[in-house]
Amino acid sequence: MQAIFGQLLVGLINGSFYALLSLGLAIIFGLLGVVNFAHGALYMVGAFAAWMLLTMFGIGYFPALLLAPAIVGVIGVVLERLLLRRLYGLDPLYGLLLTFGLTLIAEGLFHQAYGNSGQSYPVPELLRGGFQLGFMYLPLYRAWVVGVSLVVCAASWFVIEKTKLGAYLRAGTENPKLLQAFGVNVPVMFTITYGFGVALAAFAGVMAAPVYGVTPLMGSSVIMVVFAVVVIGGMGSIAGSIFTGIGVGLVEGLTRYLYPEASAVVVFVLMAIVLLVRPAGLFGRER
Amino acid sequence: MNRIVRIVLPAALLALAATASAQAPAKGKLTDGVVKIGVLTDMTGYYADLAGPGSVVAARMAVEDFGGKVLGQPIVVVSADHQLKADVASNTARRWFDQEQVDAIVDLVSSSTAGAVMPIAAEKKRITLLSGPGTTAFTGDKCTGYNVHWTYNNWALANGTGREVVKQGGESWYFVTADYIFGKSLEEDTSRVVKSAGGKVLGAARHPSPGTTDFSSYLLQAQSSGAKIIGLANAGADTVNCIRQANEFGVTPKQSLAGLLVFITDVHSLGLDAAKGLYLTTSFYWDLNDETRKWSKRFLEKHGKMPTMVQAGVYSAVSHYLRAIRAAGTDDADAVMKGMKATPVNDFFAKNGRIGPDGLHRHDMYLVRVKAPKDSKAPWDYYEIVKTIPAAEAFPTVEAQACPLARK
Amino acid sequence: MTARQSSLLGWAALVTLGLAAPFLVYPVFAMNVLCLALFASAFNLLLGYGGLLSFGHAAFLGSAAYVTGWAVRAWGFPTELAVLTGTALAALLGLVFGSLAIRRAGIYFAMITLGFAQMIYFLVVQMPWTGGEDGLQGIPRGRALGFVPLNQPTTMYYFVFIAFLGGFWLIHRTIHSPFGHVLRAIRENEPRALSLGYDVSRYKLLVFVLSAALSGLAGSLKAVVLQFASLSDVHWHRSGEVVLMTLLGGMGTVLGPSVGALVVVTLENYLADAGSWVTVITGSVFVVSVLSFRRGIVGEVRTLVRRAFIGGKG
Repeated sequence: MQAIFGQLLVGLINGSFYALLSLGLAIIFGLLGVVNFAHGALYMVGAFAAWMLLTMFGIGYFPALLLAPAIVGVIGVVLERLLLRRLYGLDPLYGLLLTFGLTLIAEGLFHQAYGNSGQSYPVPELLRGGFQLGFMYLPLYRAWVVGVSLVVCAASWFVIEKTKLGAYLRAGTENPKLLQAFGVNVPVMFTITYGFGVALAAFAGVMAAPVYGVTPLMGSSVIMVVFAVVVIGGMGSIAGSIFTGIGVGLVEGLTRYLYPEASAVVVFVLMAIVLLVRPAGLFGRER
Repeated sequence: MNRIVRIVLPAALLALAATASAQAPAKGKLTDGVVKIGVLTDMTGYYADLAGPGSVVAARMAVEDFGGKVLGQPIVVVSADHQLKADVASNTARRWFDQEQVDAIVDLVSSSTAGAVMPIAAEKKRITLLSGPGTTAFTGDKCTGYNVHWTYNNWALANGTGREVVKQGGESWYFVTADYIFGKSLEEDTSRVVKSAGGKVLGAARHPSPGTTDFSSYLLQAQSSGAKIIGLANAGADTVNCIRQANEFGVTPKQSLAGLLVFITDVHSLGLDAAKGLYLTTSFYWDLNDETRKWSKRFLEKHGKMPTMVQAGVYSAVSHYLRAIRAAGTDDADAVMKGMKATPVNDFFAKNGRIGPDGLHRHDMYLVRVKAPKDSKAPWDYYEIVKTIPAAEAFPTVEAQACPLARK
Repeated sequence: MTARQSSLLGWAALVTLGLAAPFLVYPVFAMNVLCLALFASAFNLLLGYGGLLSFGHAAFLGSAAYVTGWAVRAWGFPTELAVLTGTALAALLGLVFGSLAIRRAGIYFAMITLGFAQMIYFLVVQMPWTGGEDGLQGIPRGRALGFVPLNQPTTMYYFVFIAFLGGFWLIHRTIHSPFGHVLRAIRENEPRALSLGYDVSRYKLLVFVLSAALSGLAGSLKAVVLQFASLSDVHWHRSGEVVLMTLLGGMGTVLGPSVGALVVVTLENYLADAGSWVTVITGSVFVVSVLSFRRGIVGEVRTLVRRAFIGGKG
């Protein structure tokens, strides 16, 4: 019994990362119609940014939680304006291919510079130690991860579903031309949205650094699962991706207890089933 | 289009028949006027620290100390990064052998890459000098006539560390294993030792390698098994991460970790605080005696870190290889292999080491314990030698290995 | 000369080049190019002519490679039978995946194929006989037709070349047949094709299976040439690579994918010692192609040629 709770808890921690990442991806796809393959790479860049801030400038974890996403957000804005913008009229698959190319470039550059064995990023002083829960010892840092992810996800959801800005974003998804006719600067909105989406990825990266280390391929290893999460949850649905992210983490944890060999593949099986039975995703609306 | 097909297909078939019958002679003269040694290693990944650029340094030192020339011909060292990928290793080896006249490949460091390159080398009659891979079967049922397993193998590690830990009271084990040939082989060898010493193996959790950085779910499984000892059947960055995270998850006071393959560079990354008390088996330590200290200081100057047994092994293997070429008067692989097996190895790495007919280099091994921070007097002063295991005990016998080529 | 004559001459020239290749370049390199050219051409059948982007084609390449390797090594099949076995398996996988995937379109289709490919990847990692991370090693070249030993690089090359010609011919015939025309109609305007009475799903499934089978052929050949099958063959990077080759060479052209394959393999070969720069350059080529080079090499050449000869024959 204890073992299963332990794995579920680990699953919840992983699920928090999935939720954060799929949130950004869902926002970008929902509004821009771009399947942002580079999401994993930007998550990695966020982690590296935190590491660089620490080792080169002595800037610690908590400031990095704000600085790294800001840096990556700016990078995202530049990418959107220079590159992505040109593809809006075309088949959405070109956006996928472009961002795939960007991923290769980013990963190649970092791999060339830093090799693959990874840099270590220490758990911040304040968050060391943990709780003895009986069935397992829960490090404080990991509890922090779960807490912060939930807060950020909830806040993002609130902004998008309940505020005026969010209303503009949602309107832009439905009918960008009409929104523009109403005087809203839609291109700028797109740019900001992309920047915000990737900033979320970078935020996840900073949080991941003490847990998963900082390696050039850390994005690659997670992006496939995140895609599957977004597809299962519904490609435009914010709430959908959050719940699905956590859900998938839990399902993986459960599978690791019952049948460890299948834990890596269970999410794709789920995805295939959902796509065939309910193609818009569990919570989505077909675009 | 159809007309083309009707003409082309028979033409191609004829060409196929023609080349098949005109059996081209096997590759040209081996000598090519140069002895080329290829260091094929992991330059940027999980094992880069314990082998990688350091192995290239070691190989170059060996060539330099030998005089840079053999039989009047120059010796060239080339190197490449196989990124721990078996297909990259296999393609590089093939290209090196076919197009760049490489005569011997040294290091390889990971068992998957070694396993991919050995058959290719054997087919083309070139030599592989393994320093780093651990799989015992490389001189057992996977042996080739052109391979030397130089530095250590999993059996030796299991025999050293495994036996000692069980003796100290660790009778129940759970493994966290790197899910590829090396990890599985290490787990298998250690399980055998544990059981023969009267212990129990409660289970194993296999993790993808390379690629896993978060071991929490595997460590949790180990924890819930209740085993006294968690055996880490992995290496390099995997082991370092496991040890760090085991500390983070509070695994360590109740259960002990047994690092089955740990290098001095791992201890250096972990720090003595995290690694103290760890038992490990090694074939080389820089601070063993005057000879090792002298060589290691030179290596430290060139590379910036103290040598691991893998890097020291590369130097020793390359030197022995060059001496065998000089003695045989040719770099023909058959003659050189014969020479290498006939001559004992006597350098700072091994005293009276012998390469058996199966290709396994049997030499003394050392069981060491990582010092506590207060006992370490200088940088890299990490190990306390517990026991020297003589060659005959340290490695499996030729009969036990059962290499098909070694049977008379 | 007539267009038909110049076209035939062009084909003859290419075939002659193909026959002479092992004497001009390193045979293993040439074989690698042929295998990947076949893979890309098969992929293009689905993308350029069928209008369906599959992001999981490595599943067919890789699984065929493993099965063929196992057939030669463990079951002692004669080489061409092993290759056929691998191809058949890929076709079967194509049938299963295709019949489920074609129910959706566009990005969802791509995601389903990606999901299936990931399942295959993890299946391959887990199965004991594939060797997991170590790959399937030491695959013997075997003997063609039971008696022709394939250990000689030149002999192996011609074996691969013949298989390549066969596969390529099949693709060419498919494209230029009534089937191919309907396929293009479906790609241009699916509702219209439906309204004209064509069983669209059937056409899509058929081209998917064909594409999968020929990708399997490419994978089987590759396993025997390199004597090795590894996880790289089923990894999604490989799926991305074939998209790049097709895009770079020219989607919807017959020769484009082969040209793309040639460029990519050459690049990787020359940059083999440059470590991760290969990835960076591959990525850059991708980005540039998507932004401003969408017609691909062959597409651009064709457009240039047409523009140059506007008003003349052509």
